[in-house]
Amino acid sequence: MAEAIQTAPTTPSEPASWVGRFLDSDVWASFKRSKLTIAAAFLTVLFMAAAVLAGVLAPQDPFDPAQLDLLNSRLPPIWNAEGMAPFLLGSDEQGRDIFSAILYGLRISLAVGILGVAFSATLGIALGLIAGYVGGTVDAVIMRIADVQLTFPAILIALLVDGVVKSVLGGQLDAGTTLSVLVFSIGLSFWVQYARTVRGSVMVEKNKDYIAAARLIGLPAPVIMFRHVLPNVLGPVLVIATINLALAIITEATLSFLGTGMPETMPSLGTLIRIGNNYLFSGEWWIVAFPGIALALLVLSINLLGDWLRDALNPRLR
Amino acid sequence: MLAFIVRRALQAIGVLLAVGIIAFAMFRFAGDPVNQIVSIDTPAAEREQVRRSLGLDDPVPVQMARYLVRTAQGDFGVSYQFRQPVSDLLAERMPATLELALCATIFATVFGVLMGVYSGLKRDSVLAKVFQTISLIGISLPTFLIGILLIYLFAVTLGWLPSYGRGDTVQLGWWSTGLLTGSGLKALIMPSITLGLFQMTLIMRIVRAEMLEVLRTDYIKFARARGLTTRAIHFGHALKNTLVPVITIVGLQFGSVIAFAIITETVFQWPGMGLLFVQAVQNVDIPIMAAYLMLVALIFVAINLAVDILYTVVDPRLRTTIRQPT
Repeated sequence: MAEAIQTAPTTPSEPASWVGRFLDSDVWASFKRSKLTIAAAFLTVLFMAAAVLAGVLAPQDPFDPAQLDLLNSRLPPIWNAEGMAPFLLGSDEQGRDIFSAILYGLRISLAVGILGVAFSATLGIALGLIAGYVGGTVDAVIMRIADVQLTFPAILIALLVDGVVKSVLGGQLDAGTTLSVLVFSIGLSFWVQYARTVRGSVMVEKNKDYIAAARLIGLPAPVIMFRHVLPNVLGPVLVIATINLALAIITEATLSFLGTGMPETMPSLGTLIRIGNNYLFSGEWWIVAFPGIALALLVLSINLLGDWLRDALNPRLR
Repeated sequence: MLAFIVRRALQAIGVLLAVGIIAFAMFRFAGDPVNQIVSIDTPAAEREQVRRSLGLDDPVPVQMARYLVRTAQGDFGVSYQFRQPVSDLLAERMPATLELALCATIFATVFGVLMGVYSGLKRDSVLAKVFQTISLIGISLPTFLIGILLIYLFAVTLGWLPSYGRGDTVQLGWWSTGLLTGSGLKALIMPSITLGLFQMTLIMRIVRAEMLEVLRTDYIKFARARGLTTRAIHFGHALKNTLVPVITIVGLQFGSVIAFAIITETVFQWPGMGLLFVQAVQNVDIPIMAAYLMLVALIFVAINLAVDILYTVVDPRLRTTIRQPT
């Protein structure tokens, strides 16, 4: 008994027991209970794996013109009478295999989504921490900006930032720069929610004894903010990040669909849908349908995961 | 009360000023306005003259003040692409967007309330589960995919509805309306559904949650005890009390509907302000982008202000601790 009491405080910091603790937790229990969540998690992992392994899985490299043959253009999916191997889901007007294009597009969509979320989370967490911890005028200024930004839909801000950055950079941008611009504009349009949540939690945390103790031993404010306050406010941030990943992917797809996102030389799912949309009327539905289904499934499964995580952690969001 | 309204109005003006400064910064510093006006082989002296005639030599604060005053008077400059005053372009496109937004809002409200009431009253029925699934899809599917799906079903496969444009329009003064012709009404159906679907699911979820909440309250139990008909209880008492948040959401979301019309208008090639804005972003037409930003800001601020003021008129409890729903 005495031993148990002695070891108890040390367990949370040990990495070995971290997994055990997780398997024992309510979160894991609620995960096992929900079949829908398991399916969503499975699909999400599948999509991520497909994106990472695109180079291995795809029968064709859609970015390599040498591998494209115009004789193979506009083939219907393979189960159709005119379908042809290896064009599993058919091909587009350049003889590009739709399945390969989706795998590579998935990679771009996920990359922009994840980087966009990482950027907006970093920005939002930093500003929220500063606003909550420093308070006063700094807090007022940051939160006023957040209020103003919240009155506009994120997609509008992303479009504007995208347009302005492009006009500042000028001329034709290569695919890599376009990707960075997209990440930047998505990051700038989604930081508010993180900042608000983190600020709220910081206001609660900063009056607790452990912060007073940290101050008492003379730690500088940045160390207290990032090393002591931050880990205690990360729960809600994780939920927002999951839900925002779906939003970021949709935003990127929308920008690309509108023709202000990824170029056709390096298409994301949104770009593929925009290209395919032009062939809808000539009956080549597969060029737009399969990228569309991939995007919808990806977003749906991430959304379901996010919903579940919100309920499981219950950080009183919304 | 009056002090509150004045404070709110001042805040609204502050927001508009801030947006105006951003718009000016875009206009002035994102690319060189002179290059957009002269051709590539214009000599330097002539460029200098254009620069002076545009007032680009003045100190930046002077330029900014001039820009803000002009904007307040409705002068947004000349579009780089069309060589026409931006205000004319916007005025020409505005009726299309407003009619689309209005139809989408009506569609979303009517169907959202109906589905919400039904799934609130018959929570476990099959139809209610179907509605829940539709709402999940409505929130998860990107707007443009819904539009493409509708086009494929009703325009390409069935051929019932037009896939793009407004159909025939009638000119009423400066306002061109598609509401008075058959083809105009037909052209409105799919864009309105596409644009309104998200709002519909939002309204449905709110009405459902509110109905479930209200049906548990004491006054509903009392109404039952008084022997009122189920119909009178559900629609006379319960539904009425769910409508306050619905009105708020419909009001506050109207600005978002106009902003989201950007996507719907692109899918259906609807000749509204959103399509103009997307083309402006693609072609880096800063005057149009700045003007659109200002216009949307004005709409948002006006709606928020109106909702805030209405709140205090309707509900005196909120007069001190009012917060914007996020």
